[in-house]
Order: sequence, then structure tokens, then C-alpha cells
Amino acid sequence: MTAHGEQPRGRRGGTTKGDGMAEARVIPIRGNRGPARADEQASPAAAPPMPMAPDEQEQPAWETALEQVLEFLRRRLTGDYQVDEFGFDPELTEAMLLPTLRPLYQRWFRVETIGAHHLPETGGALLVANHSGTLPLDAAMTTVAVHDEHPSHRYLRLLGADLMFTLPVSGSLARKAGVTLACNPDAERLMNAGEIVGVFPEGFKGIGKPFRDRYKLQRFGRGGFVSAALRTGVPIIPCSIVGAEETYPKIGDIAPLARLLGAPYFPITPTFPLLGPAGLVPLPSKWYIEFGEPIRTDHLTPADAEDPMLVFNMTDQVRETIQHTLYRLLSQRRNVFLG
Amino acid sequence: MSSSTPKVVLVTGVSGFLGGHLAARLAANPDIERVLGVDTVPPPRDLLKRMGRAEFVRADIRNPLIAKVISTAGVDTVVHASLSASPASSGGRATMKEMNVIGTMQLLAACQKAPSVQRVVLKSTTAVYGSSSRDPAVFDEAIGAKDLPSGGYAKDAAEIEGYLRGFSRRRPDVTTTVLRFANFIGPRVDTVLTRYFALPVVPTVLGYDARIQLLHEEDGLAVLERAATHELPGVFNVAAHGVLMLSQAIRRAGKVPVPVPSSGVGTVSKVLRGARVVDFSPEQMRFLNFGRVVDLTRLIDDFGFEPRWTTTQAFDDFVRGKALSPVLGAERIASVERGLLGLARGLRQERA
Repeated sequence: MTAHGEQPRGRRGGTTKGDGMAEARVIPIRGNRGPARADEQASPAAAPPMPMAPDEQEQPAWETALEQVLEFLRRRLTGDYQVDEFGFDPELTEAMLLPTLRPLYQRWFRVETIGAHHLPETGGALLVANHSGTLPLDAAMTTVAVHDEHPSHRYLRLLGADLMFTLPVSGSLARKAGVTLACNPDAERLMNAGEIVGVFPEGFKGIGKPFRDRYKLQRFGRGGFVSAALRTGVPIIPCSIVGAEETYPKIGDIAPLARLLGAPYFPITPTFPLLGPAGLVPLPSKWYIEFGEPIRTDHLTPADAEDPMLVFNMTDQVRETIQHTLYRLLSQRRNVFLG
Repeated sequence: MSSSTPKVVLVTGVSGFLGGHLAARLAANPDIERVLGVDTVPPPRDLLKRMGRAEFVRADIRNPLIAKVISTAGVDTVVHASLSASPASSGGRATMKEMNVIGTMQLLAACQKAPSVQRVVLKSTTAVYGSSSRDPAVFDEAIGAKDLPSGGYAKDAAEIEGYLRGFSRRRPDVTTTVLRFANFIGPRVDTVLTRYFALPVVPTVLGYDARIQLLHEEDGLAVLERAATHELPGVFNVAAHGVLMLSQAIRRAGKVPVPVPSSGVGTVSKVLRGARVVDFSPEQMRFLNFGRVVDLTRLIDDFGFEPRWTTTQAFDDFVRGKALSPVLGAERIASVERGLLGLARGLRQERA
């Protein structure tokens, strides 16, 4: 629309300045968004990109970075981006959400990811993980792990509790990050579309368990996740997360206050609510995320999803695998904070 | 079926945008002998002119007289397109409910008694799925609403669909088609949503960003026309491909979103209603919280219709067609961007 009319002017302005950089300064309309995004990803706006194409040596790195930031801002302000039917906004995730989480992943928790080769190159999969830590930092870190450690930077599409979508801000932010409601229609739709879906079958029982029960897996629900995987024929990847339990050790629970707020629990940790907002800083535990060997389901038929015995056995198999991996990782860990 | 083209079509709600233009399209089809348009008020003059040979019958579908119209004309296809969504245009919520629910009951009773009727097409809405945080992200036709719509337009539509199911049990020889339309948008249609986006500053609910799926008015008309002239029994979601976030749509229109805390939303909508700008009902406010997206598999595979406009294209067409005056236009943003880049370049050259 308007961009069409503006483009020639912008280009001419560039050539009169006499640096022959028209190519870099073309204001992309919609078509050439792909490469621009790839650039952004390779060099987050915060860190100036050093190695650039040889013909760009005239232009200092900060100016290229400025161009990218401005272009990103313009696209956001004019609504020129795409979301999928679940509300997932890849551009925002790539440019804002993941870069915010990355320091936490790399520096604070120093996450070590094991077995990323078990994540499929293409096609759907169901990642089943243990849930812990009072606040769902494990979900955020697993999202970073899948994206950064996978060779083709795939997105993890998490399934979240309905409480998250009822609350303001968290609900809309979660949707933009690719989370959707934990229900079978959504899970199957995503897996049929070839996405890696992540689920925490323990739910609030897992994330809100007291510190003394750390690394003890809670009940895995009714195995709804197994039937969803069976119906879509995608592999189940057990995922064991060590370290999240120690971020906010929940040593107490003010149940009446939780009821008042409509929350599943109101945690007391060594630092919260004692230190107020400072108590929200997670303890810097050393994390390990291990993706286990995929459990294949393609030899089974969708009809098997109706067989309660089979679903139950498979649920148990996944649960046992995660529990044993947790014990193994824990026995190898010498120190909670140093690893 | 061999005789799929109808002979005599009755369209309700012809004074509205959809009913009127549908009557015009059907009147342009030489295979159809007669097109009757029914409404309580005559259509605007330009719409009447467009309707051509379609006949306007001033009748109230709440009145049993409608049975006489159907039987004397030998109507074989009824397109019930008068379902109204905004209380203001139909004279208050009570009248709107009566028009929607009682009107449909009378109309279906008349159809049941008329042996000539072979096909009934109902214009329903995707609002029957409700809108809540506990719903799946994408609704297909088999999913019921988690929270049944408690009032307003959505409840009317859910009840009317129930009546039609009852009707088809009593008259199994009649083909019934239920079309659940997403919100219409386009340069010509006038709905609550188009007025909402035309506001200079657009109130949104703080902390929520709805996924909205729209339908271009032309696609909507084409679907209604196809349902009226083909044998396509069943329930179908009708919407465009793709999704826009509410905040994104507001920015595409060049408007400024103003987030209002949930507790203040009621007041804002009351003010807007009082000023006769936009008449927002509670269920439409919930729609602005969570939005709604529907599955189109049945529309494409079984109904045989592929929407020509995506949600984004339809919305852009609406913005262009209505010539909305942008408060914060794309042009201005682009010029600020150029200005800043020029400044940076100037700085560099000065230093060199």
C-alpha cells in the first residue's frame, strides 16, 4: 500500500548520499521478510554483528543493527507480521522473548542439554517432561533448549494450564510464545501439523510440590497425552529436567491466601515473601535437560488410543524413564549450584 | 440431487446488508423464477435498486402471516439471514431477541406446514462456540461451547440452531444447512466490529490480546448463494484463512490501542453505547478478551468453498475501502524510520 509509494524515494535518498548502499537500505515490503529475520536471529540486536558481507565494510556495524531494530519496530507498529491460528508469533518470539530468556539459560542456570539429537529433524513429536520449581521456569528453559540446541532451530509448542490463559498478560504472552491450552484437540492439531509439542503431565501437582518431595514424579494424570500421541502417530520423547526444583524451594504454602487469590498455591520460599520482590530472583542452580530416546508410536493404530491398558502401560513407561533419568542425573551431580 | 437450483427463494432480512445483496445475487440468476425478500422495514433505496427483479414483501416473520406468503408463492428454498447481532439497530435487546427467536420459530413453523419447502439455509454465527480461556484454540463443528453463551446474540443463535435441528427431525425430507459465520468485514458491511475499528482510539482489554478471524463480505455472500442453490446439508464454519491479533489489526488500521483494565471495560462500553458510537454487548467484550478461531476443513472439503480473502486481506480491504483516517499511519512510521537512518548516516559521514 503506502510502502509501495515510499520505496523509490527511500532508495533515491540513499544513492544521492553516494555510498551505493541501495541494496541494504531497501525498505522491505512483505516478500523479503525471511532473510531479514534470519539476520536478526544470527545477530541479536543487542550485540552488534561483526562479520558481515564484504561489500558492507563502509557501513559500521551499529548502523546495520540500528537499521534492523528500526525495521523490526516499524513492522511491529504497523502490524506487518504473521501469527498462526494458536496466536503464536514467531517474529516476536525470535526477536524479543528468546533473547530475554537466553541470559538466564546460558549464564544464570548454565543449562547443559543432553541428547538433542533425539529431537526429530522434521515432523511432529510429543515431549513429555517433569514439572517443578513453583514458577514454570522449566517450561521457558526447555523452550530455549529445543530452539537453540536443535540444528534447524525448531519451536517447542507447549501445552499450558487454563489458569495461565485466564490471567491477564500471562495468557496473551504465552500464546505469542507458542503455548496453547492443554487439551486433546489443540495437542492433536499441533502434532498433525508436524510441530514438537511439549507437555508437563504432572501439572500443578508437580510444579507446586513441596521441596522435600523434589525429583519425585507425581501422578501422570489419565494419560491423555499418550492417547493424543497414539492418535497422531508421533514419537514420545521423555525429557528430564534437573535443577528447576532448587530455583524456588517451596518450604511452605499459605493455603487460605491461595484460595483468596484463586491460585493453586501461595508459596513460601527461603526468600519469598521475606525479601519481597527480591525473593522473586531464582536461586542460580545448575541445570541439566536430557532428551531421552524417542518412544515410537507409529506401529500402533489410532484405535489403540482407546485401549486403557495400553495407554496406561505406555504412560507408566514414559514416567519410569523420566524418573530413572532424574535419579541418574542427580547421582552424577555433586553440587546443586556448581553441577 | 438433480434439481438443485431452486425455483422460488425466500430471503429474510433483506433490508440488511447480507439479505439484500443475497437477494440481488439470486435475482441475477436466470434459473431462479422468483426471489422474495422479506423484512419489517423496506430496504434502502440503492439496495432496492440493486435487488432488481427480486420482490420485496413487507412482513414480520413473527406474524403467522408469513406462512401464507410461503404457501401462496410455493417457496421451495428459505434463506433465513435476518439474525441480528446488535440490539440498537433492532430496537433494543428485548425486540432483538423476539425477532431472532420468536421470528425463527414462526418461520420454521410456516416452513413445516408448507410442503413446497425443500431447503432451509440458516445464517448462524461462530459466536455459538462462546469465547473463554478454557476453550481449545480452534473450534471445529463438533466441539460444543465450554461456557454456553449466557445471553445476547450468541444465545439466540444457539437456540435458533436447536429449533432448526428440531425442524429437520420433523421434516426429514427438507435439506437444512447451518452456516456459522465469523465476523464480517469489508468496505461495505456495517457491523459492530467495523465501527469499533473506525474509532480514533480503540479501547482494548488490558493484558489480553484476542485472536480474531474474519470473513470478507463477498465471501460471505458467495457462501450464502452457494448454500441457496446447492444441496449441501450440514453445519459449516464459514471464515477466512489466517488470524490477526486484535492489537495487530488495530495497528494495521493505523489506530492507537488504548488498554482498559477489565474492571473499567463496562464503563467504557456504556459510554460508547451512550454516545451511539459502538454498541458492545458483554459477549462481544469477551470476544475481545480471548477471540475465536474456527476450523475450515468442512467448509473446504464438504461444502466445496475456498475463501478468496484471508483474514488479513479482508481486513486491509476494509481499511482501504472505508478510507479510515489513520492516527498513526504506516507512512508516518516509515518516514520516522527514514529520518532516523538518515540522521545516523549523516553522523557517520560527518565523522569520516
